[in-house]
Amino acid sequence: MKLKSLLVSLGLLAGASIAQAEEPLKVGFVYVGPVGDLGWSYEHDMGRKGLEEYFGDKVKTTYVENVPEGADAERVITQLAKAGNDLIFTTSFGFMNPTVKVAKRFPKVKFEHATGYKLDKNLGTYVLRTYEGRYISGVTAGMMTKTNTIGYIGSFPIPEVIRDINAAYMGAKSVNPDVKMKIVWANTWYDPGKETDAANALMDQGVDVMLQHTDSPAPLIAAEKRGLRAIGQASDQSKFAPNAHIFSVRDNWAPYYIKEVQAVMDGTWKSQDFWGGFHDDMLTLASINPNLPKDVRAKIDATLAAIKSGEFKPFTGPIKDNKGNVAVPANHSLTDQELAQVNWYVEGITDEIPH
Amino acid sequence: MDSDLIVQILFAAVKTGTPLLFIALGEVICEKSGVLNLGQEGMMLMGAVVGFLAAYGTGSAGLGVLAAMIMGCVMSLIFAVLVLHLGANQVATGLALTIFGTGLSAFIGSGVVGQTIQGFQPIAIPLLSDIPFIGKILFSHDILVYSSFAMTFALMFVVNKTRIGLTLKAVGENPHAANAIGIKVLRVRYLAVMFGGVMAGISGAYMSLVYTPMWVENMTAGRGWIALALVVFASWRVGRIMLGAYLFGLASIMHLVLQGLGWSISPNLLAMLPYVATVAVMVIISADKFKEKLLAPRALGKPFDPRQMA
Repeated sequence: MKLKSLLVSLGLLAGASIAQAEEPLKVGFVYVGPVGDLGWSYEHDMGRKGLEEYFGDKVKTTYVENVPEGADAERVITQLAKAGNDLIFTTSFGFMNPTVKVAKRFPKVKFEHATGYKLDKNLGTYVLRTYEGRYISGVTAGMMTKTNTIGYIGSFPIPEVIRDINAAYMGAKSVNPDVKMKIVWANTWYDPGKETDAANALMDQGVDVMLQHTDSPAPLIAAEKRGLRAIGQASDQSKFAPNAHIFSVRDNWAPYYIKEVQAVMDGTWKSQDFWGGFHDDMLTLASINPNLPKDVRAKIDATLAAIKSGEFKPFTGPIKDNKGNVAVPANHSLTDQELAQVNWYVEGITDEIPH
Repeated sequence: MDSDLIVQILFAAVKTGTPLLFIALGEVICEKSGVLNLGQEGMMLMGAVVGFLAAYGTGSAGLGVLAAMIMGCVMSLIFAVLVLHLGANQVATGLALTIFGTGLSAFIGSGVVGQTIQGFQPIAIPLLSDIPFIGKILFSHDILVYSSFAMTFALMFVVNKTRIGLTLKAVGENPHAANAIGIKVLRVRYLAVMFGGVMAGISGAYMSLVYTPMWVENMTAGRGWIALALVVFASWRVGRIMLGAYLFGLASIMHLVLQGLGWSISPNLLAMLPYVATVAVMVIISADKFKEKLLAPRALGKPFDPRQMA
């Protein structure tokens, strides 16, 4: 009897492990925009494709695009969990609460939420240090502007965007003490028409170099039409505006996705708050315009090298906020946790953060 | 705010209002015949993608517009057959058309995502564009903007001054009476719906060939819906649609402009303005005194079956 049950369970185990070896790991992705946005969601999808290329038959990926941030997201994430995905990446800030909720209901499924800060046993977060790219963009814009006015098209006033606005301003200020920055909030991640309007509104008011925190190449096209300059967001957007384009700060997700999937396969996955930037090759400067002045190019390379090596961290004190309070004390660099909660503008930005 | 900036803002308002103007002109004709087509967004997206594909393939933006018009017309025909011929519910069919157009446009456009084209270039009209203030605001646009001016005035004339306009209104107000005097109600409605489709196609082409000369999924971002609000806002008057389109255009860029100037008004509040205006107009035109004069075509949204007596 005992022997028999032992044999049976051994058989089951063997069967189970064979099944496991044959069964690919199922990985789900939730995107906020269309995969064709050529910005944020496009790059996540490139990461997904990189994952498939690397693992071949060992993974099976599914994605859902154009998912609105809110109640719909919860439904989509639940469906992906129910469909047997072992690991689910939700790739926009607004998916945070839905992901937290669904993660509680599916304790065996692993979740990773991009750009958020809420963790759980089976829920990790991963964040790009986009502020590093934004600092270099600021330095470049500060050197390139002739009107001493640079523009920033914001999406929503969340910590990630506010942090990047600060980084861009500090970068610009470091090379051009007279620089001013105009900020407009488009209240969208992705609406080429609205982004064009925002870009034109900025350029009408004397802005000659633009940074954007929205995902379509529309602001670059608008800048190209007027013979002004702009910096691309999230993916290589140079072909939209060969003259206007200074460089794009490109997101590169594949290395991270491969690492996490490998961890799940090895059984070593654990919930963590991961931050990656130039150092991890998760950010790159793509298609730097060959016609930049030599000193600008040299400064870009030097700043990039300093950030990449870890020798320079943009959020190192002393930094004051624009109300005169000490935001970062001297000799302190903001920790990742502190970076996630930046809700102040640095000294010199005259606007107020909308509520 | 200096006068240069004001000119720039009004210039941008005209540009932003133009796609709304095109599509709302089409919709108002459609609604005047008694048919409510909620498929605007879908027809517009199909116009945008097909217009872009044609312009990309042939290198001619003009052919792009033509292709977009044909596509818009085909989309509206699908709608027309379903609601006019088969008597399907107009609201449900219109919504389905929008969902269908959104998906299909994304599908057929996936190959040209990331391509760029040379769209229409602005043409300053000699003499007129030299008028101070007005010249820059109205007469230094591209050819499609000028066509939208011409189209508005032509429609104002046709709707208010001609027999065609009377026929259209008769069909929309009381199709049974119109039928009784020998007007072919369904034929009029077919033509009105198709006109709406053609205009939606041009509107889409304006987005993908002029406004942001590229194709990306869902690039119209709800403008088809705004146009529906605009028709109500204009209380079904062609002339007011032009005014309303520019007002809506202005309202949708104003919050961006004011932010750049450092005004601390909530952008959400400003972005809401066109909708608040629409609700306000709805309230005003629903007041009894004006009702008879201003409200929607009486048979709007009601199917008409010629075999059935009123």
